Amino acid sequence: METRRGRVSDFLQLTLNGVAVGCIYGLVALGFVLIYKATELVNFAQGDLLMLGAFVCYMAVVWWGLDYWLAFVLAVVTIAAFGALLDRFVLRYVIGQPQFAVVMLTIGLGSMFRTFASVTWGSEIYTLPTPFGGVWHIGSITLSHQYLSIILGTLALCGALYAFFNWTRIGIAMQATSQNQLAAYYMGIPVKMIFSLIWAISAGVATSAGVLLAPVTLIDTNMGLAVTIKAFAAAVLGGFGSIPGALVGGVVIGLVELYAGGYAKPLGIEDWKDTAPYVALLLMLIVRPQGLFGSLGRKKV
Amino acid sequence: MRFIFKTSYNQDIQLFRDKVDLGWYVALVVAVLAVPFLLSDYSVGETSWVFIYGICGVSLMTLVGYTGLVSLGHAAFLGIGAYAHAYFLEHGMPWVPSVVLAVLITTVCGFVVGLPALRMTGLYLSIATLAFAVIIQEVFSHWESVTHGFAGMPVGPPTIFGFSFAGSREFYYLCLFFLVLALWVTRNLLRAPTGRAWIAIRDSEIAAQSMGVNLAIYKSMAFAYSAGLMGLAGALFAHKIAYLAPDIFTILLSIQFLLLVIVGGLGSLHGAVFGAIFVALLPPLIAILRDGLPASFADLSTSTGIGLFHIVGDAIGNFLKKPGVEAGIFGLILVLVILLEPLGMYGRWVKIRVFFSTFPLYKADSFKRQKSYMKTERLR
Amino acid sequence: MSLFAAEEIAINFGGIKAVDGVSFAIEKGEVFTIIGPNGAGKTTIFNLMSRIYDPTSGRLKFEGQDITRVAPHRIAKLGIARTFQNIELFEHASLLQNLLLARHAHKKSNFFSELLFLPSVRRMEIEHREAVEQVIDFLDLQQYRDTLIVNLPYGVRKVTELARALCTKPKLLLLDEPSSGLNVEETEDMAFWIQDIKNLLGITVLMVEHDMTLVSSVSDRVLAINYGRPLAMGTPREVQSHPEVMRAYLGG
Repeated sequence: METRRGRVSDFLQLTLNGVAVGCIYGLVALGFVLIYKATELVNFAQGDLLMLGAFVCYMAVVWWGLDYWLAFVLAVVTIAAFGALLDRFVLRYVIGQPQFAVVMLTIGLGSMFRTFASVTWGSEIYTLPTPFGGVWHIGSITLSHQYLSIILGTLALCGALYAFFNWTRIGIAMQATSQNQLAAYYMGIPVKMIFSLIWAISAGVATSAGVLLAPVTLIDTNMGLAVTIKAFAAAVLGGFGSIPGALVGGVVIGLVELYAGGYAKPLGIEDWKDTAPYVALLLMLIVRPQGLFGSLGRKKV
Repeated sequence: MRFIFKTSYNQDIQLFRDKVDLGWYVALVVAVLAVPFLLSDYSVGETSWVFIYGICGVSLMTLVGYTGLVSLGHAAFLGIGAYAHAYFLEHGMPWVPSVVLAVLITTVCGFVVGLPALRMTGLYLSIATLAFAVIIQEVFSHWESVTHGFAGMPVGPPTIFGFSFAGSREFYYLCLFFLVLALWVTRNLLRAPTGRAWIAIRDSEIAAQSMGVNLAIYKSMAFAYSAGLMGLAGALFAHKIAYLAPDIFTILLSIQFLLLVIVGGLGSLHGAVFGAIFVALLPPLIAILRDGLPASFADLSTSTGIGLFHIVGDAIGNFLKKPGVEAGIFGLILVLVILLEPLGMYGRWVKIRVFFSTFPLYKADSFKRQKSYMKTERLR
Repeated sequence: MSLFAAEEIAINFGGIKAVDGVSFAIEKGEVFTIIGPNGAGKTTIFNLMSRIYDPTSGRLKFEGQDITRVAPHRIAKLGIARTFQNIELFEHASLLQNLLLARHAHKKSNFFSELLFLPSVRRMEIEHREAVEQVIDFLDLQQYRDTLIVNLPYGVRKVTELARALCTKPKLLLLDEPSSGLNVEETEDMAFWIQDIKNLLGITVLMVEHDMTLVSSVSDRVLAINYGRPLAMGTPREVQSHPEVMRAYLGG
C-alpha cells in the first residue's frame, strides 16, 4: 500500500513539474508561432531572447536593487523594444527570401546574442532572487511556489494574449495581417508596424518565460539554446501555426521529458531526460508529419 | 567578355567550359599541390581542415543547395562515419575496407533518415533531422562497448597499404585526393539525370513528379549520397582530431556546416569549397589576431606616438580572448552574408568576374532578381 | 478504342464534390477541350488524370490500360504530359536543364554509371539533347537556351512549359489554360502551335481553356462542365449555343 501511494505521489509530482516546465516550452513556442503566423519567418533566436530577458531582470533586481515585479516589467519592456528594433532593422530585409535563409539568419543572431551575453555577464551562473521561495505540502507532494508561479504566469499571460487578439482593434488587425498580408495592407492596416509589434510581443512573451524559468534552471548564457530546440519541438508537435497547439505541445514535451527522467532509470537507461522529447518528436513526425493540430496544405496547381 | 562558339553538344556536357577554364583549374591544382612545400607544418595541418570541411560542404550542398532539403543534423552522419571507421580500425581492419564500410554504413543511415523525408516538407524535415542528430549523439555517449562513451576513442594516423600518412604533408595529400574525388563524382551526378532530378525537386516537386521523377527514391537518394560523403569526411575527421568524443558531434557543428554552404553560396560546388576555406581558416585567423594584434598595435603606438592605438589593440585582444567570441563572429558573418549577399562568396566571385569581363559596362542591376513577397511556403 | 477514357470519375474534398461523375473519351489525334466557369472542376480533372489526386470513385483508362491507381511519376512514362496553370518550371535552372529533365522518363542510365559519367551516360545525354533540340527548334526557343527561368518573361515561360511537356514525347498532352496571362499576339501563336502539335507531331491534346476564340479555333470537341457535373459535349459551336452552357456562363 505504502509503495503504491508513493508511486502515485511520485507520478503526480512528476506531472506537476512536467506541466510547469512544459509551460515554459509552450510560451517560447507561442513566440515562434506568433511570428510565423504573421511573417512566415521562423525565429530561432527566441530562446536567446529569453536568456537576454532573464539577464536584464537579474541586473535590475540584483545590481540596481529594484523590486522583483518592477524588474519583471522592465525586462519585458526592454526586450520587447529590442525585438521590435530587430524586426525593423534586420528581419524586414529578409522577408521574401527562402525560409531556410531566414532560419539561418536568426541562428546567427542567436549566437551573436550569446556571445554578447558571455562578454557582458561572463560565463558564471546567476541566481535570480524571487518572492516564490516557499513550498506547500499536500500529502507527500511538494508544491513548490516556483513551479506554481510558472503555471499561473503562463495562464495569466495566455489569457491576456487571448483578450488582446480577440477584443482589441489592433489584435484583430494582427489576426487579419497573418491571414493575408496584402489584403490587410489594402484595408489600411500598417502591416510593417504590425510585424514589429508582433516581434515585440513575441520577445516579451519569451522574456516572461525566461524570468519565470530563471529560479528553476538558474541564469547562464546557454540557458536559451536547449529551450529553443525543445520549444521548437513543441511548436512542431502543435502543428506550427496553431497557438493552442503550441501550448499543448509544450506541455506534452515537458511531461515526456519529466516522465522519461523519472521512469527510464529502472529500464537501464540513464539521463534519458533530455533525449526523450526528441524521440517522441521524431516518432510523431513520422506518424503524423503535420503535427497534432496542424493540417498539411498542398500547393495548388 | 569571352564568347564561346559551340559546335557540339559535348561542349555543354564537358567538366570544364573550354581550354582557358581548364588552364585555370590546372594552375589551381599545381598551386594546391605546392602548398605543403611552402608552408610550415602547422599551417599545412590547418589547411587539410579545408579539404575535410570541403567534403562536408559538398555533401551538404547536394542536399541543401541542389535538392532543397535542409538538414540540421549532418554532424550525426559525420559522427557515424568517424566512429564506424575508428571502430573497424580498432578491430584490426585495414584502412581501405574500413573506410568503405564506414561510408556504406552512413549511406544506409542516410537512406533510412531520407525515407520519411517524402512525407515531411521544409521546416518539419529540418526538425526531424535535428531530433535524429540529438538521438544519435546520445547513442554515441551510451553505446560504450563501441564508442567508449565519454572516455573517448583514440584514432591513430592512417596507414594505407603499408604506407603511413602520419606526417601532416602526407595527410594533406590524402585529404586533397578525397576532396577532388568527391567534387568529381558530385559534378558527374549533377550533369546527369540524377542531378537534374534533384534540382527539379528543389524548384517544384509537383512538376518533377509529373515529368516522371519518383520523389521518394530521389529524395532518399539525395540523403543517402549526402550522408555517404559525410561518412567519408568523418573517417578523415577521425584521423585529424585523433580522439573521438560524443560532444564533438553537436548541433552547433551541424549549424556550422549549414553556415559553410550559405557563406560559400548555395547551389554551386564552388560555394562548398569557398565556404570550407572560410569555416576552416577563420578560427586560426582569429587566434592569430588575438595573439598578434595587441603587440602590433602597441608597436604602432610607440612608433607613431599615438597612445590610442595601444588602447584599441588591447581592447580588441581582450575581446577576442573572451570565451564564446568565435561563435559570435561566425554568427555576425552569417547575418551579414544573408543580409548583403544571399548568394554567398561564390555569388560575389561571379559578380567580380562579370565586372572585369564587361568593364566598363558593368551594372549592378543585372544581378537583381524579382523578389516575391507574397510567396508562401506554408503550402508546398 | 479511345486513347483516353474517364468513366464516371468523382472526387470529394471534405464533403464538397469538386468533380461529380464526369465521363468522356478522347480519340486519338483530336484536340479535346474542357470549358466551364471558374471553380467548375476543370483543373481538378487534370490533377486526377496526372494522378496528383486520387479519385473517390470512377476509373481512368489510357490506351485500354487502367491507370486509376498508377503512381504519379509513372504517368509521364506511359505517355501523358502536362503543363500547369500557374507555371511550375524549375526556376533556378536554365531552360535547357528544364527541358532535359523532361527526358527523365526515358533515362536508361543508373546511379553508378552516372557517378563515373561513363561513355554510355554521355551518349545517352547527347541523345536526350538531340530530342530536346528538336523541340527547341519547333517552338523557336533557341535564344533562351542558357537563360535561367527566373530571367525569362512570362510569355516565354509559358512556351517553355509547353516545350517541357513535349520533350517527354507524349501521346496525350494536357494543357492547363495555355493562354492565361498571354497577350493577343502570344495567344495566336499558341493557337498555331497547338494546331501544329496536333497536325505535325500527331499528339492528342486535352486542353482546359477560357479564351473562347482559342477554343473554337483549335478544338475538335468541347466538353462543358459546371459544379463538377457535365453540361454539354459536342463541337465548339454546338456547345457554345447550348442553353445550359449559356445559363452557366451568363447566369439566370
